[in-house]
Amino acid sequence: MNKEDVIKRLNEVFRDVFGDDSISVNEETTSADIEDWDSIEHINLIGSVESEFGMRFKMREVSGMKNVGEMIRIICERGC
Amino acid sequence: MKELVFPFDSRAILRNKRELKKALLSDGTARVKKNVAVLGGSTADHVVSMLRLFLLNSGIEPHFYKSEYNKFYEDAVFGSPELEAFKPDIVYIHTTSRNLTLMPESASVTAEEAERLLDEQFAYFRQVWEGIDQRFGCPIIQNNFELPLYRRTGSFDCWSPSGQAAFINRMNVRLADYARSRSNFYINDINYLSSAIGLEKWHDPEAWYLYKYAMSTAVIPDLAHSAASIIKSIYGRNHKVIDLDLDNTLWGGVIGDDGRDGIEIGPETAVGQAYSEFQSFIKGFKDYGVLLAVCSKNDEENALAGLEHPSGILRPDDFVSIKANWESKDSNIQSSADELGLLAESFVFVDDNPAECAIIVAQLPQVQTVCLTSVGDAMYALSRGGFFEVTSLSGDDLRRTEMYAANAKRAAQQKKFANYGEYLLSLGMYASITDFEPVYRQRITQLTNKSNQFNLTTRRFTESEIEEVSASPDHIRLCGRLSDKFGDNGIVSIVIARCEGDTAHIELWLMSCRVLKRDMELAMLDELVKKCQERGISRIIGYYYKTPKNSMVAGLYESFGFEPVEKKESGDSVWSLSTAGYTNKNKVIQKDQRSCTA
Repeated sequence: MNKEDVIKRLNEVFRDVFGDDSISVNEETTSADIEDWDSIEHINLIGSVESEFGMRFKMREVSGMKNVGEMIRIICERGC
Repeated sequence: MKELVFPFDSRAILRNKRELKKALLSDGTARVKKNVAVLGGSTADHVVSMLRLFLLNSGIEPHFYKSEYNKFYEDAVFGSPELEAFKPDIVYIHTTSRNLTLMPESASVTAEEAERLLDEQFAYFRQVWEGIDQRFGCPIIQNNFELPLYRRTGSFDCWSPSGQAAFINRMNVRLADYARSRSNFYINDINYLSSAIGLEKWHDPEAWYLYKYAMSTAVIPDLAHSAASIIKSIYGRNHKVIDLDLDNTLWGGVIGDDGRDGIEIGPETAVGQAYSEFQSFIKGFKDYGVLLAVCSKNDEENALAGLEHPSGILRPDDFVSIKANWESKDSNIQSSADELGLLAESFVFVDDNPAECAIIVAQLPQVQTVCLTSVGDAMYALSRGGFFEVTSLSGDDLRRTEMYAANAKRAAQQKKFANYGEYLLSLGMYASITDFEPVYRQRITQLTNKSNQFNLTTRRFTESEIEEVSASPDHIRLCGRLSDKFGDNGIVSIVIARCEGDTAHIELWLMSCRVLKRDMELAMLDELVKKCQERGISRIIGYYYKTPKNSMVAGLYESFGFEPVEKKESGDSVWSLSTAGYTNKNKVIQKDQRSCTA
């Protein structure tokens, strides 16, 4: 799967989790850009991304992700 | 909302929780408002958001108070101004085994020390409950404790003095004892839930290290659904009726096509056993005040005939409403509801036909539909659905049941048998020995073809040959059914004897090995001799034809007191018994007159 597909599917996850169809994420998006993206929603986001792509983040990755670009990189690395 | 009905997609609920909440709040349902305080021993945010969805879906609009992380003890015992101001209608204490701070850690913990730790741990929780009770006097829901996934000593962990599983199991027993002694105290059985889901899926240590979630976030919808079912029941919003289809739902087959004798119910076949278990399971709901109804596309006469099947467990008078006609099922459910003065929303509908289920989902979405793909799945859906959660049986009722059950168990454990005969007597066996009733001919044929060990002649019969024998005036036919206090064993023994003048020749004598050493063969012999005497037959000839499998009955006729007539080289033998002066041999099985007429 290429990066564009990952971003597309990821965007759907973001829209569902934050209940906002106007969300459009890119590699630079951070939690500061999305109003409801707090530590609690982060948990739900991680779980939903994991289930969308059938993979699991490592603990270090969960707490260390700086932006959506890193998330995409990890997803692509896992070979989905 | 069908997304929130078990079996649900937990991940989808978590992902779409905002949209689901919006949809529920805008669906126009009038809901009762309740203040729900969640006091957590771990992070409870997801628990709260999931509880909200399931409660909204049950007609309850919750307003939440959430304790700070792991402050359940402080909030309950010392109070908090916020909680006082909140005035909870209900308090849910969301703790888990992570909160068992006194669990034995060292192998050197003795039984006495473990007991002391248990006392102390229990007292800690009791302080919590009593604190809440004194402050608010409101219902309390308390999670019991799930088993850990990790253990050092294998199975020993569940019984060693220092075992953690042992500690948790004993803690759960104490919780249950406490719950029974109190009103307004309810256990959310996460011990069951985590087992049903599987501890491997339930536990997620990384979720604990990262977020202080005491379980995988993926199972939080299950947890919240379970707690919401209790709250729903406390506020009287349980379902009230199980409305059941008949063909391939309460029995195997189609009564209109197969007839009463053709449907499968009862111990004779695997399919029949499944439906027996399902009927028993359903019937048991009656004891808890759940109403049963029938909704079937059938002629009423056929429906009733099916419910009168001799092996059936549910009877027509178990149902408060029987709709067996050719109207659409949604109109039948609605008219049952009208007749009973209930709302359709208190109905749970069970049907094996996906098309009928789809009609109800579309036409009466307020009815909960359980589409029966297998008996097991249906029982599980009814187990986990939260439709009939019990919270209002009086304490006395519960105690009485418990007392009887405990006494019975004790009796079983304490009873010592002086001899085998006494043991057999204790089984409370009943035999019904009848002619070949049409209903049983299929089973009889099957037995003649598969019994090898306890089979004197190993003669195989086709169904039409059995029909022939059944119609023959020259044959004595015995079909023996044995039940005991543990249940019905079904048809277990067949005897066919051909009469010729004053002599009867035993052409077939077989018995199922599941009732070996129960003296059923003696009961059969008694009946055979009686039938012979009635016909004026003075001599019974028995034949043993040796096969590689039937050596267990080589000496059967001898043990019955037959005289040898002939013993061949091949191992075959012929035996003779005079019917004059015969005294009955069976002393342990009673004759069951009731089912002889079935």
